[in-house]
Amino acid sequence: MLQQDASVAHPNQPIPGGGAPVVKGRSLWADAWRRLFRNRAAVASMVILGLIVLVCVAGPWFVPYEVDEIFWDAFTAPPSEAHWFGTDANGRDLFIRVLYGGRISLMVGLVATLVSLVIGVTYGATAGYFGGRIDDVMMRVVDMLYSLPFMFFVILLMVFFGRNIVLIFVAIGAVEWLDMARIVRGQTLSLKRKEFIEAAHAGGVSAFNIIRRHIIPNTLGPVVVYMTLTVPKVILLESFLSFLGLGVQEPMTSWGVLISDGATNLEVASWMLIFPAVFLALTLFCLNFIGDGIRDALDPRDR
Amino acid sequence: MPSTLGTADVPAGADAGTAQAPAVLEVANLVTRFASPDGEVSAVNGVSFTVGQGETLGIVGESGSGKSQIFMSVMGLLAANGRATGSVRYRGQEILNLPRARLNRIRGSRISMIFQDPMTSLNPYLRISRQMTEVLVHHKGMTASAALEEAIRMLDLVRIPEARRRVHMYPHEFSGGMRQRVMIAMALLCQPDLLIADEPTTALDVTVQAQILDLMRDLKREFDTSIIMITHDLGVIAGLSDRVLVMYAGSIVESGPVRDIFYNPQHPYTEALLKSMPRLDDDILGELPTIAGQPPNLQHLPTGCPFRPRCVHAFDRCVTDAPALEPFDRGRAKACHLEAL
Amino acid sequence: MTETAARSSKAPLLSVRDLRVHFPMPARGILSRRRDYLKAVDGVSFDVRPGETLGVVGESGCGKSTLGRAILQLIPPTSGQVVWLGEDMASMSEREIRAKRQDMQIIFQDPLASLDPRMTVGDIIAEPLRTFHPRMSRDEQRRRVDEMMAHVGLVPEMVNRYPHEFSGGQAQRIGIARAMILRPKLIVCDEPVSALDVSIQSQILNLLRRLQREFDLSLIFISHDLSVVRYISHRIIVLYLGKVAEMADRDELYGNPRHPYTQALISAVPLPDPDAERAKERIVLYGDLPSPLDPPSGCYFRTRCPKATDHCARMAPDLYDVSPRHRAACHYWDQPTPTREHPEAGVVGAEGLTGRAQS
Repeated sequence: MLQQDASVAHPNQPIPGGGAPVVKGRSLWADAWRRLFRNRAAVASMVILGLIVLVCVAGPWFVPYEVDEIFWDAFTAPPSEAHWFGTDANGRDLFIRVLYGGRISLMVGLVATLVSLVIGVTYGATAGYFGGRIDDVMMRVVDMLYSLPFMFFVILLMVFFGRNIVLIFVAIGAVEWLDMARIVRGQTLSLKRKEFIEAAHAGGVSAFNIIRRHIIPNTLGPVVVYMTLTVPKVILLESFLSFLGLGVQEPMTSWGVLISDGATNLEVASWMLIFPAVFLALTLFCLNFIGDGIRDALDPRDR
Repeated sequence: MPSTLGTADVPAGADAGTAQAPAVLEVANLVTRFASPDGEVSAVNGVSFTVGQGETLGIVGESGSGKSQIFMSVMGLLAANGRATGSVRYRGQEILNLPRARLNRIRGSRISMIFQDPMTSLNPYLRISRQMTEVLVHHKGMTASAALEEAIRMLDLVRIPEARRRVHMYPHEFSGGMRQRVMIAMALLCQPDLLIADEPTTALDVTVQAQILDLMRDLKREFDTSIIMITHDLGVIAGLSDRVLVMYAGSIVESGPVRDIFYNPQHPYTEALLKSMPRLDDDILGELPTIAGQPPNLQHLPTGCPFRPRCVHAFDRCVTDAPALEPFDRGRAKACHLEAL
Repeated sequence: MTETAARSSKAPLLSVRDLRVHFPMPARGILSRRRDYLKAVDGVSFDVRPGETLGVVGESGCGKSTLGRAILQLIPPTSGQVVWLGEDMASMSEREIRAKRQDMQIIFQDPLASLDPRMTVGDIIAEPLRTFHPRMSRDEQRRRVDEMMAHVGLVPEMVNRYPHEFSGGQAQRIGIARAMILRPKLIVCDEPVSALDVSIQSQILNLLRRLQREFDLSLIFISHDLSVVRYISHRIIVLYLGKVAEMADRDELYGNPRHPYTQALISAVPLPDPDAERAKERIVLYGDLPSPLDPPSGCYFRTRCPKATDHCARMAPDLYDVSPRHRAACHYWDQPTPTREHPEAGVVGAEGLTGRAQS
């Protein structure tokens, strides 16, 4: 609430505090940020996740090893001073491979999520706003795509186009946008009835601009939350594909590949599984806590 | 009838009622606070008044005045983050913050409350007959068939047509006005001493409101029930009340008999409120007189008198001293530093 | 009265003729072809002149909100004419209608809900400028926004704040600023003060009157509150179940209402005057609103009317001329409203509902 006593100015009176600097308002996002920063689990998760990202992105510049460098004197060697995470069956340093693997996993997670976000939000908002037949057709398309078996689709792509990192983006993005579209459409349907949308319509704003300026920004709350839950899903999906041998090609690696290799060597070289698994698990935990935190911050009544 | 609460006996801050002992309801220094993430908010700031037998007390105020929260506190219906302190006596018995089991013996049978939205009191999944007979069986120990007859009698009394047939219907099968009558019927089933009506007609069309208000007038005559009518509508207050409390920012600013309040208001807020309403019976000349400023922000009340920022009569003392509710004249009280308006 | 004459001599800004808005209800069954229609607006005609306020009064279900939106083409009318400055809007394309929106605006009942919670106040008020004058410079936009904010009584420093930081009354001023920024000729006001505290209502009503005078603005003021409508309107139509029950100039309507529904409405308004309120004669209607899906035959008001006869059941009344600018849809408009034995309806005196005949 504004603190001024007489906050209503009569046009013929001098405006109180005339010449005062224009005050920056307290947007709903700002309120949400503040609430988010009070959530200790979320803040801790953001710090840890930030560190992981930093280490994976910048770490390789400081580590003197290559991702495919073979150390002939250390095959399947346990963690030591030279090799903090040990080495794998091919003599490659695991630490650097975990970092590089992190780059891939995180990038896939981020990019695929962003792709699904852009497609899903636009699709869902359009279907929801126009309603009627357009909505019916658009959502039936979504239903049909939903019913496609995902693995079948990915294998088909692999068979036709070979194993390719870009393909993974496409495959995962092609699946995830469906959920996003449904969520955004639901949001749009309830937003449509709100009076400020009617006001925009009455103000002559075109449908395109109503969707862009009014609908999409107001769906971003649930969308952001859903995004933080999609990134873990995507990373897991990529790990699963890699685990099955359908993911990234050697010598590139991802946490999924590392975990796959580690699992086969579990009895003899447990470190090969533990380190990448811990990184992956930690990342997923952090993303989940951040997602919960954002959801709580945006909707304080749900606490 | 001599008043046992003469102006000399009335403690400072209390409303001097014209009731004979024992008063049906005596509220003393009620304070209700809510804990919110942004700090504590005081919704009710030390309110005291009495309600006598067969008396209709009108409580008028705008949003933030605290008028509803008083009775949520009285009836034990406060939200989880609310705390009420002070004293509320029903016929001499202290009922504020009573444990639920004991409060339930009074709620619904001795003191009843009706609300703005009848759907809050009516379970949409149960037939009216079931909901009404439950009350009678529980509070009065009646048999099911006797309870049903009584329920039908009540529905007749509130002028629900074809009561015998309709008693078995569900709430959604009634229109808004009829639902409100059903709620009144339910509230009166046990012939309570006190009926608290919180904005009962605000959501209704004006013609339906007129029916309900007439009904309440007749019922009051027939049962001699005390009624507390909470509303922002001064017209409703004028037509129904014997005495009026005017509330602002959680405190009573003026109280007195209804005619005095309307024909000779002594608090600037009351006067301004009466003047700023468009009325059917006035001459429309120029601009409507207004009350400048905004409704009070309970989290940031100004120092001194809470109405001061909007008061055209404010002077130095109003900034520093919050005025207490002081009695003056017969049965009237005001919280204002001015001698007279 | 010269003011009335001056206003009524101008050509009408808006002419509505026999406007109907019927909503199809879901079909009765999968195989059934018969549909019910909700006749929200069922044959309404009136004119609005420049600088004039038309009050639209009625209770729930009368179609007043639908009427307001149908005029602005926010809800497509089913039939009838909406003639704006001589052109029938039914024959216009979507783009032409959108162009007209500069001149006809709307303000809403719930002020906070009508503002996008994620936009600043400045952006909200400027949006119509961006829509219709996309080439206008930011500075010019800002200047106009500041100017309009001053007109409606908002402090310009508030321009970067968000709707939830404002009270109801201030939010309504923002809505008014947004509606006014393009200097429209007509604003449809849909219950603009109903959600506001009494002490704020008068501020907003004064503001609307002042804007009307300054900008020669026409208003269609929709409300259920007869006192408020009286204060701000020059001419009033009373709606019941989608049809016009009565229409007249303000003083004539309140001083000499001829339709029993109007009489009941006026007498039902509680007066903030204890003696007058308790002594006044009331016309209390029987029962509740009939279902709009299945209105009564003949005169749709007859089921609640204290003076209905068989004739009323057989024949729906036209709008009879009571006087040159006063029309009422009642066969018996020229006869006083009688009392009835029924305890519910009739003229009631200070005694209460005794059913005893009053004079």
